[in-house]
Amino acid sequence: KSYRKIDEELFEDLEEVLIMADIGVDTSLKIIENVKDKVRERKITEVDDIKGLIKEEMKSILKGGENSKLDFSKSPSIVLVVGVNGAGKTTTIGKLSSRLKNEGKKVLIAAGDTFRAAAIEQLQEWSNRSGVDIIAHSEGADPAAVIFDGIQSAKAKGIDVLICDTAGRLHNKVNLMNELNKIFRIVEREFPEAKKEVLLVVDATTGQNAVQQAKVFKEACDITGIVLTKLDGTAKGGVVLAVQSEINVPVKLVGVGEKLEDLQDFDPDEFVDAIFEG
Amino acid sequence: MVFEGLASKLQDTLDKLKSKGRLTEKDVDTAMREVKMALLEADVNFRVVKDFIKKVKERAIGQDVMGSLTPAQQVIKIVNEELTELMGKEESKINFASSPPTVIMMCGLQGAGKTTTSGKLGGLFKKKGKRPLLVACDVYRPAAIKQLEVVGEKLDIPVFSMGDKVDPVNIAKAGVEHGKKNGNDLIIIDTAGRLHIDDELMDELGNIKSEVQPQEILLVVDSMTGQDAVSVAETFDEKLDVNGVVLTKLDGDARGGAALSIKAVTGKPIKFIGMGEKLDQLEVFYPERMSSRILGM
Ligand SMILES: Nc1nc2c(ncn2[C@@H]2O[C@H](COP(=O)(O)OP(=O)(O)OP(=O)(O)O)[C@@H](O)[C@H]2O)c(=O)[nH]1
Ligand SMILES: Nc1nc2c(ncn2[C@@H]2O[C@H](COP(=O)(O)OP(=O)(O)OP(=O)(O)O)[C@@H](O)[C@H]2O)c(=O)[nH]1
Ligand SMILES: [K+]
Ligand SMILES: [Mg+2]
Ligand SMILES: [Mg+2]
Repeated sequence: KSYRKIDEELFEDLEEVLIMADIGVDTSLKIIENVKDKVRERKITEVDDIKGLIKEEMKSILKGGENSKLDFSKSPSIVLVVGVNGAGKTTTIGKLSSRLKNEGKKVLIAAGDTFRAAAIEQLQEWSNRSGVDIIAHSEGADPAAVIFDGIQSAKAKGIDVLICDTAGRLHNKVNLMNELNKIFRIVEREFPEAKKEVLLVVDATTGQNAVQQAKVFKEACDITGIVLTKLDGTAKGGVVLAVQSEINVPVKLVGVGEKLEDLQDFDPDEFVDAIFEG
Repeated sequence: MVFEGLASKLQDTLDKLKSKGRLTEKDVDTAMREVKMALLEADVNFRVVKDFIKKVKERAIGQDVMGSLTPAQQVIKIVNEELTELMGKEESKINFASSPPTVIMMCGLQGAGKTTTSGKLGGLFKKKGKRPLLVACDVYRPAAIKQLEVVGEKLDIPVFSMGDKVDPVNIAKAGVEHGKKNGNDLIIIDTAGRLHIDDELMDELGNIKSEVQPQEILLVVDSMTGQDAVSVAETFDEKLDVNGVVLTKLDGDARGGAALSIKAVTGKPIKFIGMGEKLDQLEVFYPERMSSRILGM
């Protein structure tokens, strides 16, 4: 569509693009308002400049947070992977462990999902694929005990990075969030010397509910980053902009498929450009 | 609740207008802005919202504000009626084959809840006297077959599998043969999660369909899905002509606007809802209950 002038119709169409990308009404309107201000301040008259301004606005939200890169230079490190059901936690752990192993790190994974049918076997298969060791108990065991064992084993073996799987849980389930908080406290108590990352895995097809997910998970286990999975689909994952502007937790990794190598560092420029493609 | 109730917002908005007698275009416009926001915040698809608002506006303008109803109540009533109309009025059942077995095929994006729902459906109909068989056609996801086997064991329902080295189309066919031979009158085929834009895997589903001719093809959709629900549902429906939808994870606090979007673009009914991870947490879907949830009222 080509526009002759900067008018309400143009902004309405841009708003549609943002909302269709799951950025949400509030954040979308905020972005548009800021762009309108800039148009006035900078006396912009060229329609072609507007898209650039919108992108600039979005990138500044995404780059706002500090520490947006995963950093495993410190050994030992521990990564706790959390999120709602089916988001892609276990798969992400498979991919991440392989990547870290290829970087020469000694990696151990802990099968902290003792609840879902065959969750342990699923992680075991990923440990075979990536060639890293796994600590697992049996189905129905106490997840906190698995994580405890993982930590002791990581210490004994001089592991660089311990990555812990957890069962999927909806954030409105109080008892399950308490269970997660207990796991988090065990990590703090038993492994204070480790650098800690708590990654919330968010499926890119998720709509506005991800904001609430991030808030509640942050309270329960102080998430330090987001992994945005399934970006290989047609969903844009724009809700992370709303998450970022509300609780300021950066996206650190993206999942782009089901294979071992389908994990990338988050690139705000690429991400924002993709929202305006196709 | 994350959002302020729409009802009270509408009340405030319309009370300010102090409209008497009839709803004017201006009253309705102001109210519709709130409704639009509420629907978008609930993840109803942008285009669906646009159409919906247009329809409600047309109906609401010029309406009498009758007796005890305030303008706000009047608008809410119209919104609710139109929403219920869109969602469908009554619950939809599973089509059973006139001569058994009935074959149900599950499909959907990765992680939506297909395997869990396969088990839940088996369990539900087993309780009603059917003899279900679960067929493991996900040969891709690590431990997918094992997952279905564990689910089957918990429910005491047999699971047919041929490992992960056989073409899923052949597994489906052999599964149905196996079920026929063993007197299973309900055969539920679990398939791998796939993206709607993955042509190869979408063709695989098409081939399973032509091979086993299921009575029911159910699209499993996560209730937390955002704007993309429309293109996902449209593509699965175009490819497979699905019979209905299962909306999962409604035990969460997502408003579930995807339900409305999917119904609006495909016309296919939502048949069941997933209300938890446990295998008995599957319920029949009642459309009118969904309207108030989506509106946050
Ligand atoms: N297309 C695509 N699929 C993915 C991606 N990441 C994960 N998946 C798939 O999503 C589904 C769910 O992934 P899991 O890793 O089991 O998710 P989870 O969060 O561990 O699930 P629960 O433990 O059941 O809560 C699987 O079919 C994965 O193969 C991704 O980046 N792209
Ligand atoms: N809370 C809740 N969790 C659910 C529901 N349905 C499924 N789940 C969970 O969602 C996750 C994914 O479920 P699966 O049945 O493995 O999903 P799937 O579609 O078979 O996944 P893939 O085969 O990987 O594509 C699991 O953790 C399930 O326990 C539900 O209604 N409520
Ligand atoms: K995408
Ligand atoms: Mg998992
Ligand atoms: Mg499955």
